[in-house]
This record gives sequence, C-alpha cells and structure tokens, in this order.
Amino acid sequence: MRPKNRKTKKRKNYPAIKQSNDTTTVLFSQPASLYAVENHYCAGCGHGIVHRLVCEAIDEFGIRERVIAVAPVGCAVIAYDYWNFDVTEAAHGRTPAVATGIKRVRPNNIVFTYQGDGDLAAIGTAEIIHAANRGENITIIFVNNGVYGMTGGQMAPTTLAGQRTATTIHGRSLRREGYPIKILEMLAVLPGTKYLERVSVHSAHEVLRAKRAISKAFKMQIDNKGFSMVEVLSMCPTYWDMTPIQAADRIKNEVSTFYPLGVIKSC
Amino acid sequence: MPKIKIDKDRCKGCYLCVVNCPNGLIKVSKTLNVKGVKPAVFSGGKCTGCKMCAVICPDGGIIVYK
Repeated sequence: MRPKNRKTKKRKNYPAIKQSNDTTTVLFSQPASLYAVENHYCAGCGHGIVHRLVCEAIDEFGIRERVIAVAPVGCAVIAYDYWNFDVTEAAHGRTPAVATGIKRVRPNNIVFTYQGDGDLAAIGTAEIIHAANRGENITIIFVNNGVYGMTGGQMAPTTLAGQRTATTIHGRSLRREGYPIKILEMLAVLPGTKYLERVSVHSAHEVLRAKRAISKAFKMQIDNKGFSMVEVLSMCPTYWDMTPIQAADRIKNEVSTFYPLGVIKSC
Repeated sequence: MPKIKIDKDRCKGCYLCVVNCPNGLIKVSKTLNVKGVKPAVFSGGKCTGCKMCAVICPDGGIIVYK
C-alpha cells in the first residue's frame, strides 16, 4: 500500500499532436508516453532521441498500458523518470534475463529492454546471447555509442580501433585490446533471432529510419514472432571530445562504415 | 504558414537542428539562456513544416505548428 505522505512528482505532458485550437494546429510534438521533463543527458546525446522514438512506437501501437520496460545500468539508468509506462531496473548487464522472466510470467505484456554498449556488449554478453539463443519474445533496443558514458568515457568493447578514450589514451590498439565487437552480426547466426537491424540517429533522415526499425521490432513482438533487436548508433560528444555536429559527422563518415547500417536479419 | 517554437531554456546548445534545417532558418542566439548556453532560435522566414528540426532535437524542445 502506498504511504500517505509519499511525495509524488507532478509531471506535465507535452501538447498533443494535431490538437487544434483557434489559431494553430500542432504538427509535431512529443509523444504522450514521454514526460515533459528535461532529460539529464549531455548536449547532442542520442539517448534523448531514442527515448522519444521508443515512446512514439509505443503510442503508435497503443500499447502503453501493456508495456514493461527494463532500464539498464549506464547513462539511461533513470529512464523511468522520462517514460510514462512501467519500467523496472536490472543489475548491470542482466537486463535480458530480467526481461525474460517478466515475459514468461506475463506473456501478454510487451517487454523491451533498453541497453547501452557497456551494458549489453561487455558485462551482459552472456545474457544477451542466451536470451537470443532461446528465442525469447522480447525486444532489445541497443544504443551503441562506443564508450562507457556514465563512468567517464572508458573503452567499451564496441570502441573503434584507434579511438582515444579515458583508458586507451593513445587510441585503441587491436593488438592489445582486440577488435571491436559486432553484436548484431554475431547474433545473426543464431536461429532464435528473428529481426535484427542497425540504424543511426546522426541526422533527421536517419532518425526517421530508426523510428521505422523500432516500430517494426515492437511489431515483431506483438505478433509473437520472436526475438527482435535494434542497434542504434548514437553520439557521445562529451567523451568523443567533439562538438555534437562533429560527433554526428563522425558517425556518418567513420562509425557507420565499420558498423554498416541496415537490416542484418529479418525472417 | 508553418512555424516552430523552440523552448529556449530547454536548449542545451547542440545545434543539430541548425544543421538539419533544409532551409537554414534556425540560427544561434546571441544571448544566453538559464543553462548558460546560447540557444537555437527560429529566425522566421519560409518554414515548410518538414519537422526535421523537431525530429533531431534530443531534448524535445521544438514543437512544430501549422
């Protein structure tokens, strides 16, 4: 039972899309599943965009009352402050395992996880591979920015060769730290995965493509097709030591050549 | 004519909207906002309502009106 003296945050919603009044019609606003609070992300961070895309997909299918999200450990750890649906939290990297449990107990709910690359590709590699191998009917949103953002920009497994981070100050050496890991290509060989796509948020057109991919991943789960995962290449201007515009250009010219965009697997 | 409204106190100054506006209608302000950054401002002009600025804004600070 909720204690009586508990302070509840008052959070407003954005104006609804196409709500016409006397003078103007709203063409674009934020989705209803997103609270109208300011997020804590750095300027130019892609997390804010991906949060909105997830909410737009959920509002599109009208599944807000059925969704249960599992937030990661990482920059998006307090995603529950921004999403107006049920969100739970998991230990670092164990997000697919928690989502598996929730989906098996409540199969009518739509369960998705939202993970970063330090969470999914480093400490949570075992969980993601086995969740994919079991073919769990969950959706994974994997935000790949190539560094550990929350803890100070250390090298992640997805850091590109030669990239300077807090722990590879002369650039990532393939001889010492190994090769960047391509999670989607790795999961594509597993028969349990049904839909894998890599998108980016470095420009407005790519954001629109990312929205389609995220919507399709949710659609796969709604139709009980199986494991679906979308990798979103995102900017981290703070720990790439760049302006947000330079970071967006880096994704276009450098990151997306190593991590090719597009559908990796669809069946 | 379509127009956009930028919440200047929500702007963190990434200027992704400035480079993504196909008509170059968004400019950088000369004054600071409460966060201490120079926010993006809508300079007026012929907005086509393509929503590209609002789509790329990571902070949900842009609302497009028709």
